[in-house]
Amino acid sequence: MYAFDYHRPASLRQANNLAAKAEEAKILAGGQTLLPTMKQRLASPANLIDLGGISDLVGITLKGKVLHIGAMTTHAAVADSADVQAACPGLAALAGGIGDPHVRHKGTIGGSVANNDPAADYPAGLLALGATIVTNKRKISADDFFTGMFSTALEDGEIITKITVPTGGKFAYAKFRNPASRYAIVGVAVAKKGAVIRVAVTGAGADGVFRWAEAEATLKARFSAKALDGVKTPAAKGLNSDIHASSEYRSHLIGVMAKRAVGTASGK
Amino acid sequence: MARLVLSAFIGIAPENKLRVIAPDVGGGFGSKIFIYAEETVCVWAAKKVGRPVKWVADRTEEFLSVAHGRDHLTHAEMAIDEGGKILGLRVKTRANMGAYLSTFASSVPTYLYVPLLSGQYDIPAIYGEVEAVYTNTAPVDAYRGAGRPEATFVIERLMEIAARELGMDPAAFRKKNFIKKFPHQTPVIMCYDTGDYNASLTKAMQMHDVKGFAARKRASAKAGKLRGLGYSAYIEACGIAPSAAVGSLGAGVGLWESAEVRVNPIGTVEVLTGSHSHGQGHETTFAQLVSERLGIPIENVSIVHGDTDKVQMGMGTYGSRSGAVGMSAIVKALDKIEAKAKKVASFVLEASEADIEFKDGMFSVKGTDKKIDFGSIALQAYIAHKFTGQQLEPGLKEGAFYDPTNFTFPSGVHICELEIDPDTGVTTIAKWTAVDDFGNIINPMIVEGQVHGGIAQGVGQALLEGAIYDKNGQLLTASYMDYTMPRADDLPSFAVGTTITPCPSNPLGIKGCGEAGAIASPPAVINAITDALGHENIAMPATPQAVWRAAQASLARAAE
Repeated sequence: MYAFDYHRPASLRQANNLAAKAEEAKILAGGQTLLPTMKQRLASPANLIDLGGISDLVGITLKGKVLHIGAMTTHAAVADSADVQAACPGLAALAGGIGDPHVRHKGTIGGSVANNDPAADYPAGLLALGATIVTNKRKISADDFFTGMFSTALEDGEIITKITVPTGGKFAYAKFRNPASRYAIVGVAVAKKGAVIRVAVTGAGADGVFRWAEAEATLKARFSAKALDGVKTPAAKGLNSDIHASSEYRSHLIGVMAKRAVGTASGK
Repeated sequence: MARLVLSAFIGIAPENKLRVIAPDVGGGFGSKIFIYAEETVCVWAAKKVGRPVKWVADRTEEFLSVAHGRDHLTHAEMAIDEGGKILGLRVKTRANMGAYLSTFASSVPTYLYVPLLSGQYDIPAIYGEVEAVYTNTAPVDAYRGAGRPEATFVIERLMEIAARELGMDPAAFRKKNFIKKFPHQTPVIMCYDTGDYNASLTKAMQMHDVKGFAARKRASAKAGKLRGLGYSAYIEACGIAPSAAVGSLGAGVGLWESAEVRVNPIGTVEVLTGSHSHGQGHETTFAQLVSERLGIPIENVSIVHGDTDKVQMGMGTYGSRSGAVGMSAIVKALDKIEAKAKKVASFVLEASEADIEFKDGMFSVKGTDKKIDFGSIALQAYIAHKFTGQQLEPGLKEGAFYDPTNFTFPSGVHICELEIDPDTGVTTIAKWTAVDDFGNIINPMIVEGQVHGGIAQGVGQALLEGAIYDKNGQLLTASYMDYTMPRADDLPSFAVGTTITPCPSNPLGIKGCGEAGAIASPPAVINAITDALGHENIAMPATPQAVWRAAQASLARAAE
């Protein structure tokens, strides 16, 4: 690891100031990806701005049917939250399945979406649920936020403050884990709210998380796992391929995981 | 042995100027045996700059530079008569040695491989041919089992395939061909001393409830899963001795073991052993042996190892040899201790040496009530008031170098039962039974732990682990993000049992248990997978992707 200056602002205002003026700065929001990357010397920020000291960024509230989740809320806190479990049990389950206990107690929802790892779980969940990412500057819908592998709509100096998640429908997430890293090789999130069906896929896409239109159309006609039988899964071309899973295998797994997610969402 | 290699073979410094200390190593599994270039460079650099030099390999550097294991490409044929009796075996293997030779190098795929190709079976004719090749990978060398898992995989896969082709039950086919009379001279050097292969198989089948398998398979099928059962009846040659035998096979060293037993004046004992302990629990098992033999509390015994300034030269821990060879050396030293202590007792108790008996920590004179405890005799040996220096040397310290008469031949049967999800290719091991014959056992809990760890390692080899290089020679599995180690949730609870035929070639009757699990388990897993799939076309590691492809092929075949 290379040397860097560490900052721990106590308020969002201080964090904004630091982010605006510090050179080669990175935001530390749990550090479950950033710190290992720095240890391997693949990242070498000159300044690290740790949001861990800003209590306003932590916490979960349910306002009407909308969950407000502070950006620095850990995965474990989301998984254990009575509000999340009641309003959107599938999201609590998704958070409870991220990484391992260590990762879940250090990693945060804001950190995860800002990083937009192509194998991360939250991007699929939040895209399917139609969540909104709130920053110190504006509100960005999940559809506009995730722009590609490890890239988002965030601008320099922009800091995520919270995520809002509309609830009230059916939602579930199913993933197939990489046997070594246990990241998602394929993860599929399915949300149904009234007549609106959204299916989002992580782990498979060469450009990161994406929506699977064919499945959405099919499930709109009939929301059942069986309905997906015979639906052509996203073409292998354009999907990721590595030593653990070829693009053909990933394409197949998208179908299997989508069916499992629909089954869970339907209470089956 | 590390010091010998560094000084005599590499010539970095004379032995008396080198001190090698290996404290808590944290597991060896083969890869820690070898002398790596980095270690030699450290010694050289320390000499050059006159200061201590420290070298730490990070995880990725370790993956890149440490010796790998088991890289064989094998073509095997078996001849069987109409009645199901094996007539002959022909095996041709190409073994990867890596880019340059490691410490044991070609001995692993040759001497530790072909001589094991008879397995547990009476095979009149065996032909083995091995071509060792250089490639651009990391060196390949001994890895838990070293050659024997590779041989067991060839034999046990062939046995299963042959039984299926003959339409025979795989257990019955094995029983028909088991060696039943001992000693048994195989056509490939080894002379098996003892064993009861039928007993292990029968016990394993009972413990596993093989009879209930058909019903369990039907239940799995109802849930959309493919269930399979696979056997592995393994043999290993352990102890890795005698010295003359390994010398005739080309080894550069002898493979005895050393021990020194130092009795202190108040009767506590230090045992200096050449069998280094890196997780095998020698501190417990060896102390148990000494405590029972001398009739002293176990906390009065210390086991000392891993420091060339303290311990006499030893040959080390590998090849399941610490029990059979290392502990036997301690027994030999204890024999000498007892003989000397009896001499001391004869002076103290004023009796003839021939009349002194030693039992439960007490020396007594036959036919009298005169007795004295072990601690008091130790004190008498050191104060030397009851005898002159001309009659007896003071002190109580003895050493021994032990060279056994043969390899030992642990054996056993493992049964793996598993379920495959054809939609994803995920294999879940449902049930595992292991029945092993390790000869006599000193500490059953430690032995069971060795079996558990060995199975986990073998399951890792069969389902999860593999070093993968790309076309440019880049190692793709250079971190735990891509190299799949077996974890607790990859494994079921194991049912572990034993049968016992004591080993005749060492004083304790021990055969050794360190590698058995890793030797037995890979073919059991693959035999179960191929049973579930209904075809033989799958290689290790049987990852979810590989099993999914194979399952799709099965389904396509079934649909035709």
